[in-house]
Amino acid sequence: MTSVILIVGAAVLLGVYLSWRAGRLDRLHARVEAARAALEAALLRRISVALELASSGLLDPATSLLLAGAAHDARTADETRELRESDLTRALRAAFGQPEFRASLRGRPGADELLAEVEASAHQVFLARKFYNDAVAATLSARRRWLVRLLRLAGGAARPGFFEIDDSLVAAGADEQGTDMPHLTG
Amino acid sequence: MRVGIVCPYTWDVPGGVQEHIRDLAETLIDLGHEVSVISPADDDNPLPGYVVPAGRAVPVPYNGSVGRLAFGFLSASRVRRWIRDGQFDVLHVHEPVVPSLGLLACWVATGPIVATVHTANPRSRWMHAARPALQSALEKISARIAVSEAARTTLVEHLGGDAVLIPNGVSVRRFEKADSLPGWPGSGGALGFLGRMDESRKGLAVLLAAFGMLGAERPGLRLLVAGPGDAADIAARVPAPLRGRVILLGQVSEEDKVRVYHSVDVFCAPNTGGESFGIVLAEAMAAGAPIVASDLDAFRMVLRGGQAGELFAIGDAGALARAAGRLLDDPDRRAALSAAAAVAVRAYDWPVIARDVVAVYETVRLGGGRVGVVAGWPG
Repeated sequence: MTSVILIVGAAVLLGVYLSWRAGRLDRLHARVEAARAALEAALLRRISVALELASSGLLDPATSLLLAGAAHDARTADETRELRESDLTRALRAAFGQPEFRASLRGRPGADELLAEVEASAHQVFLARKFYNDAVAATLSARRRWLVRLLRLAGGAARPGFFEIDDSLVAAGADEQGTDMPHLTG
Repeated sequence: MRVGIVCPYTWDVPGGVQEHIRDLAETLIDLGHEVSVISPADDDNPLPGYVVPAGRAVPVPYNGSVGRLAFGFLSASRVRRWIRDGQFDVLHVHEPVVPSLGLLACWVATGPIVATVHTANPRSRWMHAARPALQSALEKISARIAVSEAARTTLVEHLGGDAVLIPNGVSVRRFEKADSLPGWPGSGGALGFLGRMDESRKGLAVLLAAFGMLGAERPGLRLLVAGPGDAADIAARVPAPLRGRVILLGQVSEEDKVRVYHSVDVFCAPNTGGESFGIVLAEAMAAGAPIVASDLDAFRMVLRGGQAGELFAIGDAGALARAAGRLLDDPDRRAALSAAAAVAVRAYDWPVIARDVVAVYETVRLGGGRVGVVAGWPG
């Protein structure tokens, strides 16, 4: 009798444990999805602000053309998405890294607001990507557990992948402010 | 005539546009004109007397690869100063739709401006985003030159209007005669390639695949590759047994480049696209190399529909292997192609081409006025 109670008790405990694990996995997947949506929104915003800067008439035509090209490529990229988004970062870095870039725009109507918006959107990409990759790491580590794999607790949820791009607006090597905050130079 | 020429790319980095400008400038000087060229340049290398440095170009992603370009207000003010001080009769800008010095020169200059478009770029939609900035610069161009039909189409799409077609020149005398590199081409036969090894549209991958097929059945055949790029990366793509027979020279000097053309039995131009003229092809023709080239529009035109070189289906390694194999086995055909190429290339010899360019200069000068700079703008 005691052994029956023990077996039933163990089975109940196992069931509770498993459903907790499945629920946790479910929550992690939901977190990944939300973080992905935020990342997509941040990337789109950066593209549109870069295009706005390109068409603002504030910049010289060569820099305008560079930014417009990079933004367009990022918007239309499919499997090369990460590369093209990195290219947009580099194009922005090249534009903002020009000697006397800010000095050349000082006093031009709308320039300060637009530059601030570009910086803000680039910072948002940096943050959104960090949060997304964080969520992916947590999810992947939860999915790797043998019990999860054995009982297929992840169900049909797609395996999330990291989003790896160069999103620092400080050139590698020139970065003395730490990697946690992108800063535009210029 | 005083001619100011604007080069968009770093002077001492090898490239078709830079070579075009160098040969044009030197031919114009030979013809008695006064020429000044402004170009991005690295500080450490000496420049010819007619070149004025415009500062360093910055590596930046553009058009799917990383280009070294000069942009920004600082570059624009340097060009502006050069134009103001140069007192030119004609300003000749190269690649006005590339975000570099050429575009900036159009932006700050007034008066007779001639622009040459080199690159065929099928994409144009995104340029609309930069249109306000582009338009004010590009509208000032008085005469447009395209170096190929493909480049002309690009130009018409981007800028509207039309362009005169003046093909790229090749300095035939520079390539006609040279010794082969020691030990080349050798008795087992040799194929050649020249161009950036790591730029996919230059098509080295297609040639390596073709060499894989040919090399397996021809034990003495070798492949000579010259051009910048990561040699280890390329070697890894060659099947191990053939690796010793693919010789990667890396970037070569101007003299060695000429010798490369004279060191092979069959010169291959396996480009997969994006080539608006193919200066490499014209050089190989001037050197009298038997040629197998991709059936690109521009290549077909330069090779007179296949009379001056064999054409094969773009990107088809099997077709390249078959065409190159046939030529390797047929010395008479090789000699015939070599002779036909040497004749066909004369139409592109620089003294011939430069006369057409001068005719354009003279035409825009008829409108009166000299080259000046826009007033008021910073710098």
